[in-house]
Amino acid sequence: MSAILPPSERVWWKQPLDRVELVWIVVALLWCLIMFFMMPYWHIYGQQNLANEAYRANPGDFSKKTEEMIQKYKVREEGGELKVPVVRPPAGSDVYLIAQLWRWYPMLELEAGKSYRIHLMSMDWLHGFSLQPENINIQVHPGYEHVITVTPTRPGTFAIICNEYCGVNHHTMASRLYVVK
Amino acid sequence: MALNRMFRTCPSSGLVFHEPAEKLMRWNAVAAVVSLLVGGILAIGVMLTRWQAVHLLPPDMFYQVLTAHGLNMLVFWIIFFEIAVLYFAASTLLRCRIATPGMAWAGFWLMVLGALVNNYSVLRGDSSVMFTSYAPMGAHPTFYLGLILFAVGALIACFVFFGTLVVAKAERTYQGSVPLVTFGAITAGIIAVFTIAAGAIILIPTFLWSVGLVAHIDSLMYRTVWWAFGHSSQQINVAAHVSVWYAVAAIVFGAKPMSEKVSRGAFLLYILFLQLASAHHLLTDPGLTSNWKIFNTSYAMYLAVLASMVHGLTVPGSIEVAQREKGYNQGLFEWLRKAPWGNPVFSSMFISLIGFGFLGGISGVMMGTEQLNLIIHNTVYVPGHFHATVVVGTTLAFMGLTYFLIPVMFRRELMFAGMAKWQPYVFGLGMAGVSLFLMGAGTLGVPRRHWDISFAGNPFPYEFPGAAWLMMGIAGVTGMIAIVGGAMYLLITVGSVFLGRKIQTPGFQHVRARDGVAPAPQPVAVAIAAHHPSIGVAGFVAPGTFALAMVFLVSFVLYYFINWKYLSTIWPLK
Repeated sequence: MSAILPPSERVWWKQPLDRVELVWIVVALLWCLIMFFMMPYWHIYGQQNLANEAYRANPGDFSKKTEEMIQKYKVREEGGELKVPVVRPPAGSDVYLIAQLWRWYPMLELEAGKSYRIHLMSMDWLHGFSLQPENINIQVHPGYEHVITVTPTRPGTFAIICNEYCGVNHHTMASRLYVVK
Repeated sequence: MALNRMFRTCPSSGLVFHEPAEKLMRWNAVAAVVSLLVGGILAIGVMLTRWQAVHLLPPDMFYQVLTAHGLNMLVFWIIFFEIAVLYFAASTLLRCRIATPGMAWAGFWLMVLGALVNNYSVLRGDSSVMFTSYAPMGAHPTFYLGLILFAVGALIACFVFFGTLVVAKAERTYQGSVPLVTFGAITAGIIAVFTIAAGAIILIPTFLWSVGLVAHIDSLMYRTVWWAFGHSSQQINVAAHVSVWYAVAAIVFGAKPMSEKVSRGAFLLYILFLQLASAHHLLTDPGLTSNWKIFNTSYAMYLAVLASMVHGLTVPGSIEVAQREKGYNQGLFEWLRKAPWGNPVFSSMFISLIGFGFLGGISGVMMGTEQLNLIIHNTVYVPGHFHATVVVGTTLAFMGLTYFLIPVMFRRELMFAGMAKWQPYVFGLGMAGVSLFLMGAGTLGVPRRHWDISFAGNPFPYEFPGAAWLMMGIAGVTGMIAIVGGAMYLLITVGSVFLGRKIQTPGFQHVRARDGVAPAPQPVAVAIAAHHPSIGVAGFVAPGTFALAMVFLVSFVLYYFINWKYLSTIWPLK
């Protein structure tokens, strides 16, 4: 007669459903379907989707491409002694961003309203690309080059922090991203 | 060694315990509580460090303490307790002797050994790799070895559980189908086997890698397979604590399931779909297609979410029906107002249900939506979510069950009964606060597993908004309240088990297994009243529960679309 005893009705599967249960199951199922179709819907009509564009890559090649980009488009250095290069690539171009213990390299300066193909890759362990205060968060893997086309909407100074635990200095891994008019 | 094949009948609950099984349950429960104690002490370090105004521990120690906290709570406390629940659901509820108690003990000691070895590796200081131990960040080989030993022990326990079901069937210790709670435990057992298999597939190569026998572990492969273990193990918890909800409804109210078909069908959906949830963690990873992500993250089409929504209705619904039949039939909520709110078995279960549904369930779906994950992934929203599911949901449900089991299984009276009355509220509400404020801070982008959100010493720090700092602070305060609640639980249980007044049973007698326990009771042939004509409102037997369910649905829908609105304001991504 209860949930801790065998069902009192031996053929319990023939017992009719209660109306409360039936109504709730139908309502809940409809809601589940709405939530399911919301994801493909956003792929078609929404603006914020990941592109599924990714390549296997090795750290050497990736860092070479990054250095080439820095040589071409470096505009200044920041961070005093650290001399972190700030790169201002042309709109629409391929932009490389390295994640490694414990820094983001180089620093980027982008133009608001223009799109850029940002290539993300880690040189060592897993890292987490976290753009603040926009709050865009993307996993960064070693060995996988992840291409994301972003369009900054407003000018300002943004921060890129690491939000995947990457060892004892994880919390020092932070950089900047400038968006100019 | 002669095995004890004795049964005893609990005078207060009428449950039949096979003594070797009972001893196993007691030892597993004790190991669970010891893990909870260790994890709870570590929680103080975690909370007081992330509360930036206190910032207690240095970074290396913080990450070490956080690793050990995760493992002791999420793995050792919960799984030891679940093994006890499995044995209870098979041996006690089916009135059956436990299959191969020797093997069960071997499993138990392997689990203890594994837990010790794993804790040793973290204590060494070179294995602060978090619960997830993402390769290529490596830990000491004993880290993986400990987990493997623990998993093998747990697997043995699962097979002892399945063996006991076979014995019960063969020896006809019950009539008809197994009870619903046992059915739920079988669900948990099946998911556990899947989970442990996934764990073996990833942890064994990683162990070989850590000793130098395997050259490379791919980080994406690791995350994909590891989460088939890491997330599925949380689904064992869901199946187990939902079973505990049904058990508590039956124990406290004599409630029977609204319909066996619906509740069992919902458990079946768990078996079929819960394991797809590995994808929840991979939604912003490169190298996986959106099709794969959408199908898996939604458990096919949210069919496991549907199952949880069904349980969320049928558990309180069955309580409502039982209460209304007892005469609490006024209005929508008399049944709930007149519920035994001072009984910690009930209050734990009910807070667990509400917390799991409103906080854990809704936030889980947000994080598990492919695009919404972009604004949540790896923020402190994630620990906010799982402190609602695993702590308010699973842990609190297990705490409630303990209050029932201490007199029944340990045969001791509950000490500090007055404190026990308050414990579920202090712990449950404190933890709900932690969960809520971490989610709030996560919405503002605060990262998880992070020692210092002020980025002190970095030339390019980011300043989080004041609200984020405030919410981390409030989470720290409510966390301390929850820790007080946890300490109350430990004090009550440890005190009762070792010092509580022994319950003497006058007519106590052992029954030899060979003679068999009393024949299984015949099911009472009552015509099931499908519609209880005398109770309820507007043709609904449980209108109060239905009203609560609608409140839940409205919150769910609103919060869901608020998050889409938030997503639509961030930079376009393609």
